[in-house]
Amino acid sequence: MPAIEILGLEKTYSVGFWRKRPKRALFPLRFTVEDGEVFGFLGPNGAGKTTTLKLLMGLVYPTAGSARILGREWTDPSVKAQIGFLPEQPYFYDYLTAHELLEYYGQLSGVPAKQRKQRVEKILDQVGLRDVRGVQLRKFSKGMLQRVGIGQAILHDPKLVFFDEPMSGLDPMGRREVRDLMEQLKHEGKTVFFSTHILSDAEALCDRVAVIHKGELRDVGAIEDLTSSVLGKVEMIWQGSQVPASIKALGAECHVSGDRVRAIIAENQQDAIIDALRRERLRLIAIIPVRTSLEAYFVEKLRRAETTAGSVA
Amino acid sequence: MRTRIGYIASNTFREAVRDRVLYNLIAFALLLSGAAILVGQISIEIEKLVVINLGLTAVSLFGVVIAIFIGIGLVSKEIEKRTLYTVLSRPVRRWEFIVGKFFGLAGTLVVNTFFMAIGVFGALFYVSHKFVRADALIFVALYFIILEFLIICSLALLFSSFSSPLLSAVFAFSLFVIGSFAEDLRNFAKMAHGVSGLLATGAAYLVPNFSAFNVITSIAHEQPVAGQLILQNSLYALFYATMALSGAVLIFERRDLK
Repeated sequence: MPAIEILGLEKTYSVGFWRKRPKRALFPLRFTVEDGEVFGFLGPNGAGKTTTLKLLMGLVYPTAGSARILGREWTDPSVKAQIGFLPEQPYFYDYLTAHELLEYYGQLSGVPAKQRKQRVEKILDQVGLRDVRGVQLRKFSKGMLQRVGIGQAILHDPKLVFFDEPMSGLDPMGRREVRDLMEQLKHEGKTVFFSTHILSDAEALCDRVAVIHKGELRDVGAIEDLTSSVLGKVEMIWQGSQVPASIKALGAECHVSGDRVRAIIAENQQDAIIDALRRERLRLIAIIPVRTSLEAYFVEKLRRAETTAGSVA
Repeated sequence: MRTRIGYIASNTFREAVRDRVLYNLIAFALLLSGAAILVGQISIEIEKLVVINLGLTAVSLFGVVIAIFIGIGLVSKEIEKRTLYTVLSRPVRRWEFIVGKFFGLAGTLVVNTFFMAIGVFGALFYVSHKFVRADALIFVALYFIILEFLIICSLALLFSSFSSPLLSAVFAFSLFVIGSFAEDLRNFAKMAHGVSGLLATGAAYLVPNFSAFNVITSIAHEQPVAGQLILQNSLYALFYATMALSGAVLIFERRDLK
């Protein structure tokens, strides 16, 4: 059973003084997230990531479509006891201490009193806030608030966790800690759905990703599958001390080092280079695929989308 | 379900206390003790009348100001600061949130009124050196004041569910002022005819009738309050607050939290 099934959710806001002008924030969205996956929801700022998360959390209502979370209708209140949510740049009741806030959220999530006490203590330890448990949140730094946010999202031991830009505003240490925590959640068998525009985080953590741009879903799949769809490059190494003119003519980027030549070329030129090497009687040593980064994929994909939109207009 | 409302209510109460709302009690105590000392020196025979009038009016005004200024931010502030996101993403229904907020604010006002009532009785004892049976009528006036607060809380929440804090304050305060003259408005409506008569009657009965809750002057003169009025005001406050809260819930249930 998939953890999340998004079945054509879409959202159009009414804007303007009389609220008569429609503004489409999200085109019909369809994808599933499998149980136990770490799923990245990628897109530039304003792509529709937060709107999607708000729809799934019931904070905004869809214009059309529906979703199923953990096998039940996403509007079913019992679903919410099994999910955790960290909003983007979270803000909490700053008159409460970290301990009081977690206690309050535990109450609202329906965690029984006895368990609640243990859970709160455990989470305070887990997110590294034990020493400041009695300090009011108004005295917390941004990074500490993010830890509180993560703490409240996992406090009630949910099966599925939604994080909206969890690394936003964190220093490298903080980002590392959040990554570790997400990996730990995965090991515990939980499903993690997180939105981000920081691609290195997605590359490091995700089993699969969905890419959204201007409210439209562009792609869903494993990172390797997505990046392979973009024209890749290969590194070729052969024996020799000079670059033959026929290879230079193909525009290959070559480096000579001792009796070896290394060239980075586009995948579709690989056969032409091999033919040229045969003609020149040069010995091929290796062909190594150069992995396309998610960033390269992203830039390429969004550039294509922009071009298509431009040509349609 | 009831417990979630209770948790939200107690958190709302805690917020009010930590935001130093109860500090108004210091201003109230200073005002009342100053007044008691002053009237003790300048008025003869009517010290008690002045203290009851001044004390209960101050209880009412301090409470109304608190009800409006906390009430208008109860929902809009949570949306603006996005604290609501982590509450409503839990098994909390929107109506539970509204009702919990209402009880939290109402509880704050009841506690506040309790302490101010101690101040009123203290000042009364200071000027008259004893309590008489008729002083018990002050409890009726305080009960009516609390009923008035419940209506104002519900109205502030209603406005807060769809408008900005500033506009909500303007609406709520205007309704309080108009409602204080509701009897005059109803008398005026009786004199008007035709469409304007209908409109005036509709408006007169739509605004909360706060004038029926004001028994301070008659109590200061030791005139008893009819049991029928107590029952009527209780039912009216219950009905009005329920209607306003239902309106707040209806609006809030449909609202997108952008």
